[in-house]
Amino acid sequence: MNRPVYIVDGARTPFLKARGVGPFTPVDLAVQCGRPLLLRQPFAPDAFDQVILGCVNVMSDEMNPARIAALRLGMGEAMVGFTVQINCGSGMQSIDTGYQYIREGKSDLILAGGAEALSHAPLIYNRQAVQFYGNVFMARTLMARLKAFASVRPAMFKPVIGLERGLTDPVVELGMGQTAEIVAHVFGISRREADEYAAESQRRLANAQKEKYFDGELEPMFARNGKVYDFDDGVRPDTTADSLAKLKPAFERPWGKVTPGNSSQITDGASWVILASDEAVEKYKLTPKAVIRDSQWSALDPAVMGLGPALCSSELLKRNDMGLADIDLWEINEAFAAQVLGCVAALKDEKFSREVLHRDTPLGEIDRGRLNIDGGAIGLGHPVGASGNRIVLHLVNALKRLGKKRGIASQCVGGGQGGAMLIEAM
Amino acid sequence: MQDKQPQHVMATLAARDLELGPFDATPSSAPAASVGPWKNWKLARDADGIAWVVIDLPGTSANTLNAEVIAELADILSLLERELPKGLVIRSAKKSGFIAGADIKQFVGEGATDVANSLSQAHAVVDRLDNLKCPTVAVIHGYCLGGGLEVALACDYRIATEDARLGFPEVLLGLHPGLGGTVRFTHLVNPVQAMSNMLTGRNLRARNAKSLGLVDAVIPERHVAAAVKDAVAGKLRTNRAGFTVSALNSSIARGFLAGRMRKEAEKKAPHRNYPAPYALIDLWEKHGGDPRAMQREEIASFGRLLTTPASRNLVRVFFLREKLKAMAGGKWDGRRVHVIGAGAMGGDIAAWCAWNGLNVTLADMKPEPLGAAIKRAADLYRKLSRKSIEIRDALDRLTPDLKGEGVASADLIIEAVPEILALKQKVYAATEAKMKPGAILATNTSSIPLEQLREGLQRPEHFIGLHFFNPVSRLQLVEVVGHDKAAPEALAAGKAFLGKIDRLPAPVKSEPGFLVNRVLVPYLMEALIMMDSGIKKETIDKAAEDFGMPMGPIELADEVGLDICVHVAEVLGAQLPRPMPQPPAWLREKVEKGELGKKTGKGLYDWKDGHAVKGEPGTPPADATDRLILPMVDVCVACLREKIVEDEDTVDAAMIFATGFAPFRGGPMNYARQRGLADVHATLERLAAKYGDRLTPDVGWADLLKEKDDAPPAAPAVADLTP
Repeated sequence: MNRPVYIVDGARTPFLKARGVGPFTPVDLAVQCGRPLLLRQPFAPDAFDQVILGCVNVMSDEMNPARIAALRLGMGEAMVGFTVQINCGSGMQSIDTGYQYIREGKSDLILAGGAEALSHAPLIYNRQAVQFYGNVFMARTLMARLKAFASVRPAMFKPVIGLERGLTDPVVELGMGQTAEIVAHVFGISRREADEYAAESQRRLANAQKEKYFDGELEPMFARNGKVYDFDDGVRPDTTADSLAKLKPAFERPWGKVTPGNSSQITDGASWVILASDEAVEKYKLTPKAVIRDSQWSALDPAVMGLGPALCSSELLKRNDMGLADIDLWEINEAFAAQVLGCVAALKDEKFSREVLHRDTPLGEIDRGRLNIDGGAIGLGHPVGASGNRIVLHLVNALKRLGKKRGIASQCVGGGQGGAMLIEAM
Repeated sequence: MQDKQPQHVMATLAARDLELGPFDATPSSAPAASVGPWKNWKLARDADGIAWVVIDLPGTSANTLNAEVIAELADILSLLERELPKGLVIRSAKKSGFIAGADIKQFVGEGATDVANSLSQAHAVVDRLDNLKCPTVAVIHGYCLGGGLEVALACDYRIATEDARLGFPEVLLGLHPGLGGTVRFTHLVNPVQAMSNMLTGRNLRARNAKSLGLVDAVIPERHVAAAVKDAVAGKLRTNRAGFTVSALNSSIARGFLAGRMRKEAEKKAPHRNYPAPYALIDLWEKHGGDPRAMQREEIASFGRLLTTPASRNLVRVFFLREKLKAMAGGKWDGRRVHVIGAGAMGGDIAAWCAWNGLNVTLADMKPEPLGAAIKRAADLYRKLSRKSIEIRDALDRLTPDLKGEGVASADLIIEAVPEILALKQKVYAATEAKMKPGAILATNTSSIPLEQLREGLQRPEHFIGLHFFNPVSRLQLVEVVGHDKAAPEALAAGKAFLGKIDRLPAPVKSEPGFLVNRVLVPYLMEALIMMDSGIKKETIDKAAEDFGMPMGPIELADEVGLDICVHVAEVLGAQLPRPMPQPPAWLREKVEKGELGKKTGKGLYDWKDGHAVKGEPGTPPADATDRLILPMVDVCVACLREKIVEDEDTVDAAMIFATGFAPFRGGPMNYARQRGLADVHATLERLAAKYGDRLTPDVGWADLLKEKDDAPPAAPAVADLTP
């Protein structure tokens, strides 16, 4: 049974740049944008069949954040909820899993989202320190305890920065930014091109904010101290390629091309979409915004994980017998400017198309006027578990706003993967 | 698509939670039957030979002690004395808790000697429980107050569940514990803490009671059976104070500490108005070293206090509260409330509703007031609870709603936007279009008649007034305003909603100022006139505070806000047929200058850190108190004549629970009757002759003075108290 799966509505929080520990945990973020989203539906919060949430840095106080968010959103004790994790693709994986459940007839109404609070990423005791504490607590006698205590060494107090470890691929021992350097190298992306892309991205985001393109998508957050968060605060509207040129490389000094200015930011944010079957649409008299046509996950060498979108998008187009001209809008998550440009370059590269994508002729060059038209993670930030969800949500809203038909949302995934969805507006 | 059936697993299992020993069904046996013919108690022994005595009064949701309950307990004790069990467990089968106290109704109207006799008999029964030769255990959940706590104190051990609330509220009725509590409590735990607890009448949570040594263990229901067994076997670890108790009960300690206690008590409850705390302190100071004597004297002291006017009036206040609670006892299934306007009132109403379990959406045009409202809510919740989960859950239930999307699913909508007719009507038009059928639309207006507000409504029958007082979390009273097109179901739903959020409804007619604000205007205005005539503001406030008002009129005006005072006085002056004293020009100037009172740091007083900076008060002139208080009584009489409220009980209740009007005087009308209606009327005439026509008594006095005698109203009839 392959039933159509609709995207009915969605909402996200403002994306907040991490400046010290933020005021909201992943579940707090999910609740802040979940509440107004559920409030404006014509059905009660317990009408869903399940809740699926992407989240990478799960906090130990919030194990299985999907279920906790469901309970805190008042969806009822009977609401099944589970959390999915495929690194940067988690927010899209939740949609894809929901898509499968509805397609096969098992569910009719699913809340699928992503949430991440990178500002809460912990400092971790290193392995020696953990062993030390274990020895001290398990000691039975005073003498044994004193002995265990005496084994303390200064090196134990050097914390492991969780975020740093999380952003390093353990198989190829490269940081994410370093994989972008490799992509830039093999596709000849220059520092200048990356900076120009990043400046344009910031300009587009600032423009979208000014034109209120995020109304109805972004729901303001309210903290306990009375502070209101109602816009994506990573934006830097005055960015130019020249101002970015002054920055030093972030990951590989002194000659690297990837800088803090042309990379995505460390950010907190959450996003939800509501998926529905034909039955649900009819039962609740819903007006879907879009339908999910297809999805694809691909995998490749972790050292060039940034090219993931090229693989899965190409596969999607092939399977659906489409070319670039058939896609009105693209959302490719801007993990790094160089990485996005690398994907664009890969899709027009003859050798790559032939040998990796198994195409006789390259797809061609994606029109910049159709790609990330309202900015992306460079200005917005990349809350890892949420981004995949946000780009689907925004793609739907942008298609509707411009009266366009078809779009692809895709993100590269740390570890060497990529995920993409083919969306059609209604 | 699966059809959603609500599961509520715990609801199905909850009935099995309450541990009732032999009265529970087990896989192999049905629940035991009670051994005796008693109406209020059940008795059976379990497999270990422990007798379980379970109290469960028929036809009521809470257990109280009355003569019949005590007599049946005596009967049960006789049985147990004859055939001593291994141990005795006393607990309640009711969800609401153990025992909520003695039934006050039985004391109403009795003379001191009759009371002393019934009390002595009750003491004898409780003493028998205390002296029972087997170990006795009280298992306490929910409310364990007053006489209920005294029964528990007579047991050897007390085991509580997490939700237990223990306390002695007798002082709030102008009494002190009368069933041995003063003796047993001060000799079980640190007497200073015991006395402090009895003098304030505050309830203790289970954990705090355990730290004090009042209860021996705090456990969940699932461990009650095992804990009882251990207690009976003498294996329960207790935390009794021991040496401190005897040391602090020595006569030297008592002499010193009693003086300190009196000083503290004087600050909150001056002796001339509240005799009970001082009677309790005297009792302990004189007899704390001799439990037998203290017990005898406790009975005598209780009997004396019962006949004091303060106690009679405070008991009346208790019944007034019960009467209003009964009015709010109806059924309302609503779960979602939408509040429009996140200002001081709207935000706080929303916060209170969310705290009490309702899902609330709070709407405003701008995000900043919503942010401020969330902050105030978070601050309030932190004061109300230490548990971060409770705070988090309440904040989760309070959803800021910039686009007003909560209207469509709300069961009740409360409008709390500024007092501008056109604005409110615009809000109603937009709201009514989106409301769900059966939802109620309520206004928090304080000064615009509902007849005007409802113009343009398609369904005025669902429109009512719910007028809250500031601060919502502290002032329980809410005026429920009807109009001639309001459906009775809408008003009933409004009252039941108030019951759900633990507020008290006072039904009033839609007339300017309703009741409370209208009564307060002459209080405030007369004070300003007195200020004008040269009397120091601290002196004016003192006159009112000496009478028993919680706050003097000058300080109250600053607290409410001088702009609001001017506005209310103007509105009422314009709308009421009878001239109201108008705000003086210098007050309006102050308002224009922005000196609005507490909220701007300066008004009639200077304000620092939320407190008024007051100088030394002088001696108030002889008629100062009458000038402030009697005009309030006069407006009450006018409101009764105009049928703004139904009866004097409602007037008194509203004034006490919305303004804190001297509770030990039982309310303005009760005060007038106790003083003598003719005297009040004559005084008003004298004051009018001296100070101006505004003080002339209302024509409504004529009917009142026709009554045969000035007997104070009896407590409300028992029939009034059933919901």
